[in-house]
Amino acid sequence: MNSRRQMLSRSARVAAALAAAGAFPGIAFAQSGGWNKAAFEAKTMAELMKALGGSAPVESKEVTLTAPDIAENGAVVPVAVASSAAGVRRMLVLVEKNPNVLAATFDVSDAVDASFGTRVKMGQSSNVYAVAMTAEGKALFAMKEVKVTLGGCGG
Amino acid sequence: MSDPMRIRAQASGDKVTVRVLMSHEMETGQRKDASGKLVPAWYITEVSATLNGRPVMSAQWGPAVSKNPFLQFVVKGGKAGDKIAVTWVDNKGDKRTDEATVS
Repeated sequence: MNSRRQMLSRSARVAAALAAAGAFPGIAFAQSGGWNKAAFEAKTMAELMKALGGSAPVESKEVTLTAPDIAENGAVVPVAVASSAAGVRRMLVLVEKNPNVLAATFDVSDAVDASFGTRVKMGQSSNVYAVAMTAEGKALFAMKEVKVTLGGCGG
Repeated sequence: MSDPMRIRAQASGDKVTVRVLMSHEMETGQRKDASGKLVPAWYITEVSATLNGRPVMSAQWGPAVSKNPFLQFVVKGGKAGDKIAVTWVDNKGDKRTDEATVS
């Protein structure tokens, strides 16, 4: 009986801690203007597309994704995304099995090519997506599986 | 105060390839320190670039971008001698701008 009671109170404490941790980023995010909080908190591709107002993504040869087959260090995975499709307004980098799928978005204007390179963290082996979104909300993607030998979440 | 960014901009034809290396912790807010407390999130949320003062590129980042982030992009219609300036803003409101000349 006693141990059951302890367990209940412990789980309540864990829940409170989780709520506190969840609340913190909310406060921090509210500061910046153009940053799409819903998009960066999305946990699946469908949630993300809803947040960004795009249609369901279609695989396309007009989008290219360059990433290693095997990443030795998940904390630093070089990823390059590019698209040759017309009217692309935004490029996204997604890591499917990260806590939040969206890693980065790049706005494409008339002054820059739809080609960006960066480095992302990956918690575990996962599919990586490059998504190109056009002005009409159409989404095209390319996908690649990246195996991670050492996770990038630290801790 | 954060360390300066390292920016390299190289022109080839009428395009300029810009490579930026920023100095930032990029803490995700999911990691715990030695005593088991969560390390608060601290990462760059917005990056923008200008060519001779004209905005050319903007990006929004989440915590999944690596520590000391690297960024590469290609600007159309630039030439040697042009000025590229890159600015980042993090989730604590810190910001930094650095400038480089296209070579």
